[in-house]
Amino acid sequence: MDLGCTPEEEDFRARLRRWLGEVLPHLPAPPAATDWPGRRAYDTAWQRMLYDAGYAGLHWPRDAGGQGATPAQHLIFLEETERAGAPYVGANFVGLLHAGPTLAAEGTAGQRARWLPPILRGEEIWCQGFSEPDAGSDLAALRTRAVRDGDAYVISGSKIWTSHAEVADWCELLVRTDPDAPRHRGISWLAMPMDAPGVTVRPLRTLAGSAEFAEVFLDEVRVPVANRVGAENDGWRVTMVTLSFERGTAFVGEVVACRRVLGALARAARANGRWDDAVLRRRLGRLSAEFTALWWLTQWNVSEAMRGPGRGGQRGGGVPGTGGSVFKLRYSHARQELYDTAAEVLGAGALDVEHAWVADRLSSLSYTIAAGTSQIQQNIVAERILGLPKGR
Amino acid sequence: MDFQLTDEQRALKDGTRELLAGRFGRDRLRAAVEDPAPDRALWRELGAAGFFALRLPEADGGVGLGLPEAVLVLEEAGRALLPGPLVACQLLAGVVDGVAAGERIVGLCDGAREPALWEHPGGCDELIFVEGEGGRRGGSTGGPAGGAGEGAQGRTGGAYRSAPDQVSCAPFASVDPLTPLARVLDLPHAEPVAVDMPRLRREAALLTAAQQLGSAVRTVEMAAGYAREREQFGAPIGSFQAVKQLCAQMLVRAEMARSAVYAAAVTERALDITGAKLLADEAAVRNARDCLQVHGGMGFTWEADVHLHLKRAWWHAERWETAGEAEELLAAGLIA
Ligand SMILES: Cc1cc2nc3c(=O)[nH]c(=O)nc-3n(C[C@H](O)[C@H](O)[C@H](O)COP(=O)(O)OP(=O)(O)OC[C@H]3O[C@@H](n4cnc5c(N)ncnc54)[C@H](O)[C@@H]3O)c2cc1C
Repeated sequence: MDLGCTPEEEDFRARLRRWLGEVLPHLPAPPAATDWPGRRAYDTAWQRMLYDAGYAGLHWPRDAGGQGATPAQHLIFLEETERAGAPYVGANFVGLLHAGPTLAAEGTAGQRARWLPPILRGEEIWCQGFSEPDAGSDLAALRTRAVRDGDAYVISGSKIWTSHAEVADWCELLVRTDPDAPRHRGISWLAMPMDAPGVTVRPLRTLAGSAEFAEVFLDEVRVPVANRVGAENDGWRVTMVTLSFERGTAFVGEVVACRRVLGALARAARANGRWDDAVLRRRLGRLSAEFTALWWLTQWNVSEAMRGPGRGGQRGGGVPGTGGSVFKLRYSHARQELYDTAAEVLGAGALDVEHAWVADRLSSLSYTIAAGTSQIQQNIVAERILGLPKGR
Repeated sequence: MDFQLTDEQRALKDGTRELLAGRFGRDRLRAAVEDPAPDRALWRELGAAGFFALRLPEADGGVGLGLPEAVLVLEEAGRALLPGPLVACQLLAGVVDGVAAGERIVGLCDGAREPALWEHPGGCDELIFVEGEGGRRGGSTGGPAGGAGEGAQGRTGGAYRSAPDQVSCAPFASVDPLTPLARVLDLPHAEPVAVDMPRLRREAALLTAAQQLGSAVRTVEMAAGYAREREQFGAPIGSFQAVKQLCAQMLVRAEMARSAVYAAAVTERALDITGAKLLADEAAVRNARDCLQVHGGMGFTWEADVHLHLKRAWWHAERWETAGEAEELLAAGLIA
């Protein structure tokens, strides 16, 4: 068990810290949550800066355009960018955190060369078209049809809760390519251009008031067969890879942010007198232990994945395992408890929807739903880790 | 960074598990419920295997390993519910003669608590009594103010060694049938021992947390195992989601505790240890309760081992750092 950093890693931390110290003061303020073009421009500009400075796709394999960094360097990157208050991945979430890693693991050389560099340079935004109105938790119930016509698939159907669809260039799309096969066997994973004729995006308002996600309607959309990742009808396997990245590693950077918020909460409570309440103090103390442990758990999971076989049997780049569900289960609830505690510190201030902590409290409500609900994660943990029989 | 067990650490952990499974299996455990005195032969065997001398330098006849390894073997001991003052013997192996080899058994009593409890009073060859900050707390009801009582504010209390017959005790009916307890009323302060007290307390908390982790891991296995076998309504109860959810939450608690305990063993930082103790206590206590629930009526019997885990977990949760103390320390750490 080794939590230490090598001199090279410490060197990396120092360089990164210096760079962040130079660039962050000159960054413009982030745009309003409702300003979609502004947010896209802001998020992609930040990604471009990371790219130019050599920090894009840090832990991606080199042949996927990444830097091939060690897991420790990746975690240092997450720690330092968060600590410095650098911008969040934002609209780049899907591309950087799960579509990109899936393409790196499952795409052909040509597909990796086509799609990965623009993700890393912040030129192309991806969204995730998995869920459908009647296929959320039961993802394999998806009905969107793709019928082969020459060298293209002709796609009809609809997707829902598609985050960032309004500004996305590409969609990781699940379609049914064989309606007669057993439900898990007739699915394919495609990269669909969002500007293709027949794609309509209708924004959906979230309970936080913003249009964070959308409905996507697909009316005879033509997508080249060459855009399929993995074999035809083998999309469920590819989907599992995507979900393991989404649950396994996509949220880990946020743990650091939560620890930062926790410190700020404690100071705010001291300033406004709420600190004298032992119940509140003890809640904050407990959350401190939880977020620290979640960060260790992350290191445990990342180390485990890196020991596993990567693509082509090489060490490193391993796909995260079911440990991601364990992490997500606890993290999503801890995050909600954090912002509930923030509300206690704020008192009536918790009714001010413009307060950053209140906005985060609202968005934290989605954490036990998106990327697999807590109930589904519990089923996964019980069945795949503990070996309990499948339910009906 | 490679936060996984090394091959050597895994071998040590597996070896300890095998040794305990062979020498302290279910039959021995149930026999110990009737007579919980430490098994001297097993103690010597553990000593010979290096269990207690793990952290002593090789030059002193030890194994020369570190806190992470001590945590791994105590996790296994906690998993097996091995009775006896294990943490005391780990920590005092280099301090009290014969302990490293498993020849003598030493107890450790924390005077910062009221009442001051001594585990296995009948099974110890010696007792090390550690005072709280500012000397022995006590007062009128506590009785045992002793020589170094009030008025000595601010200094770190000392540690004293005593032969069992020098310690004045009152009986205390332990909730844990595997851990007999006595209440220490007074003891002679004649023979001070030189130990780094803050460090002793930190390590005692961490090693106790390691036992809690082992128990928490074991009760998840017990619950999942039972849920796979036991049938109701024509199906294994583990196929019902309410049961799955109990089991899944148990695993989450155990894995959180594992991360925290292992990491604290590596960093040795006080607040990391505090957090680890908090999460491990909670994992052990709540997992035992949920395990009991999964076992239904069987879980409520003396026959099932579940209550032994719960009662041990309660005892360990009261030792060295309680939840309230830990949460306050961690909260203070947020604004330090
Ligand atoms: C903010 C946000 C962003 C999202 N972004 C995207 C995106 O970009 N792309 C995308 O494809 N999807 C996205 N989603 C969709 C998300 O993945 C689904 O909402 C989620 O998987 C749950 O599906 P559902 O909404 O259909 O709920 P349902 O599946 O209908 O579930 C309703 C309730 O029933 C419970 N339930 C359902 N089945 C079971 C079961 N077998 N056992 C126990 N309980 C069960 C659920 O836990 C839940 O409590 C997003 C969702 C949110 C909230």
